[in-house]
Amino acid sequence: MATPLLEIIGLTKGFPGVKALDAVDFALQRGEIHALMGENGAGKSTLIKVLTGVFPRDAGDTRLEGHVIAPRSPREAESLGISTVYQEVNLIPHLSVAENICLGRQPTWFGVIRWGAIARRARAALARLDLSLDVSRQLSSYSIAIQQLVAIARALDISAKLLILDEPTSSLDRTEVEELFKKLRKLRDGGLGIIFITHFLDQVYEISDSITVLRNGCRVGCFATRDLPRINLVSHMIGKAVQQVEALGQKRASTASIRSDAPLLEARGLGRKGSLQPLDLDVRPGEVVGLAGLLGSGRTETARLLFGVDRPDQGTLRIGHQAVRFNSPRAAIRCGIALTPEDRKVAGIIPNLTVRENIVLALQASRGNWRRLPVAEQEKLTDRFIHALDIKTPNREQVIRNLSGGNQQKVLLARWLATKPRLFVLDEPTRGIDVGAKAEVEKLIQSLRQEGLGVLFISSELEEVVRQSQRVVVLRDRRKVDELTEGEISEEAIMHSIATHNLERPAA
Amino acid sequence: MIDWIIDLLFWIVFGTILFFLRGKRIFWTVGALGLLLLFNQFFTPGFFHIQLLDGHLYGSRIDVLNQGAKVMLLSLGMVFVIATGGVDLSVGAVMAIAAAVSSRLLVTEHQPAGVAIAVALVVSILAGAWNGMLVAGFEIQPIVATLVLMVAGRGVAQLITEGQIINFLDPTMVYLGNGHLFALPFTLTLVLLMLLLAFFLVRRTALGLFIESVGDNDEASRYSGINARQVKFLVYAFSGLCAGLAGLVACSNIKSADANNIGLYLELDAILAVVVGGTSLQGGRFYLIGAVVGGLFIQTLTTTLYARNVSSDISPVPKALVIIAVCLFQSESFRARLSRFVRPPGRILKPLGSRPSQNLSTVTPHDSRES
Repeated sequence: MATPLLEIIGLTKGFPGVKALDAVDFALQRGEIHALMGENGAGKSTLIKVLTGVFPRDAGDTRLEGHVIAPRSPREAESLGISTVYQEVNLIPHLSVAENICLGRQPTWFGVIRWGAIARRARAALARLDLSLDVSRQLSSYSIAIQQLVAIARALDISAKLLILDEPTSSLDRTEVEELFKKLRKLRDGGLGIIFITHFLDQVYEISDSITVLRNGCRVGCFATRDLPRINLVSHMIGKAVQQVEALGQKRASTASIRSDAPLLEARGLGRKGSLQPLDLDVRPGEVVGLAGLLGSGRTETARLLFGVDRPDQGTLRIGHQAVRFNSPRAAIRCGIALTPEDRKVAGIIPNLTVRENIVLALQASRGNWRRLPVAEQEKLTDRFIHALDIKTPNREQVIRNLSGGNQQKVLLARWLATKPRLFVLDEPTRGIDVGAKAEVEKLIQSLRQEGLGVLFISSELEEVVRQSQRVVVLRDRRKVDELTEGEISEEAIMHSIATHNLERPAA
Repeated sequence: MIDWIIDLLFWIVFGTILFFLRGKRIFWTVGALGLLLLFNQFFTPGFFHIQLLDGHLYGSRIDVLNQGAKVMLLSLGMVFVIATGGVDLSVGAVMAIAAAVSSRLLVTEHQPAGVAIAVALVVSILAGAWNGMLVAGFEIQPIVATLVLMVAGRGVAQLITEGQIINFLDPTMVYLGNGHLFALPFTLTLVLLMLLLAFFLVRRTALGLFIESVGDNDEASRYSGINARQVKFLVYAFSGLCAGLAGLVACSNIKSADANNIGLYLELDAILAVVVGGTSLQGGRFYLIGAVVGGLFIQTLTTTLYARNVSSDISPVPKALVIIAVCLFQSESFRARLSRFVRPPGRILKPLGSRPSQNLSTVTPHDSRES
């Protein structure tokens, strides 16, 4: 075969206390979509960041079309033809589409920006993706899916040879993913090399030609996608034998643990103008209620209302028979409600504080300013959770920013478990975390249920909702459209409820 | 001869402290102070002279401590405000208000010194609370919110003094800024007491954690149940208290209340002190001792420039240069970049600071080929 488009040999990178990459090899051909798989903390992001010059390397060689390269900044990598699109759209929402595409490399004429040229260039970049938008409109006026495509257009605008997509689909719905894949295939056929990182196994099999698996900073192997059965892929990723992996998927929640019929949480006609149509919702102790629906169907809005982030303007909410009215998360926490938010970075972690500080935060907040938790107790608490949830961190004083996504999520779960909540609202607790951590989170949810907690489980992965919940509430267009009970729950049934128009069951 | 021994002892103690601080953030602040003092040791005659007179210590270093008390007090309040991601521009004006209130009560209203001081401090806290209300309650940007009082505060002070410069001779008030306790200026005791109070708040209550949390990620803090508004309100009120104390010291120093000049531009010195002390203006992690040492550094710099006969018109220029240098040296990426020039290329540099940094550079093979 001809020289590969990109070849990485023996790439090594260490951080204080961790070896993030250990002599990793990687090769990508022209016109190939290559999936990079691995659990959180396996080294995928580090590999990308070293490749694009965000981090300097400790050792190893990178060759692009046979030439040795060592970019020292993403900008330098871009000029070499390596463009990256990150998980979160890294664009500026208030600027126009055209400005976003050309930002940082605006065509100028003696220092004056040529707006006409910018618009033409932006349209040309979008045309490569068969997209025609009004490029003068604000980026934020388009959907996340379109914004994602704009980000790709921006990446391609710099005559890219190599496109890196880091979790591009995590905020897209099914049809949008289809659309994106159609465009990726077209780009691939045009000779572009694409590195694709995702946690969705389905998508890997749908789009990729080959797969490289990383685990603990080492390369496990490189496989042709069609020759690698799915179960073997998972087994490579988590480093366990195939039989163990199969056992994971078969557990199924039962209603046995529901302790009483008296609901822990009882919402009647709870709603808020412009964000959620009035809905009824019950969660009983020892029950996991799934909240399913497409992105933007009102799942997160429901969580925000229940947690006092937004104030409901109609309906009633009872927690354990007591009518409550939350005007802040503090009030909700006092009633024993905990919430892990959908957006971990914005509303979850305190990035520059340590693991210990992040874990004790909510418990300390509920104790108030003056009754400080003694340091010895903080340390005991932290060590207990690091052990119980298997949080991978060099020590408890590590800054949380340096942890992988899955471990950050575990820290957030620990933060709330420390407050001993009665009702746990989990908004996308498994988004962007790897198979192993996902299984651990699911196990945790089931053990919470057995201890008699009520859990409201929000997820875009129907498979997970089906596996976890005893009851599933389906939302569409910010209203409750269906409620499935034990026995009725299946992926098909949920999809059916989401898809069917104008089918509204009379409120039970 | 005695001077020599004292100097030697001083440097041994200073060096030991510096040794134990290596790897800590505050190392660079204390180190900068040390360099400045070392410069004075050799080039400013008499700077290190110290003598005991009537049981009081006198000398340039003591002067620095005494004069620096105001900035140190201000930076103690400012460091918390900056840690929440805000800034308090009004502290200079609040100093003037405190001075005006106390001297008016003392002289015009013939109140005892205790009452004058207490009322002045309460008024200062209220002034801080006003800032806190604008920032936390109405969510006005801190720069704008405190700018209001920065501009209007001096007018308020003028109203209180009715445009006069009020002179006083009350022994208690004069003692605040000029008295001695245990052979040292009483102002040092004040700084120490406030430092202890600040330490208590940080170490014995949860406020330290909450301040850093709110400054680092406001939204996530609120989701965790922290009363972010209350935290912000409290830091501005505390900054007001610190400014009030600094104002009392300032007017006591000159035995009069001059609403136009007391504390003029000191808010800038206080912000600089906090930054030199290692706290980022972005908020989050803060360095309490760093801020106080930073205040001391700024005062030493000012005093050094006076001692070198640099006229006060141009002294801001060398001051600015030194401060830029200190801030640059605190930055890990700057130090890493600098050491590329100093050390042979191709070697991996060990982190100098205690915190792991992502941009700490290792030199890539690519570099070594180029050079």
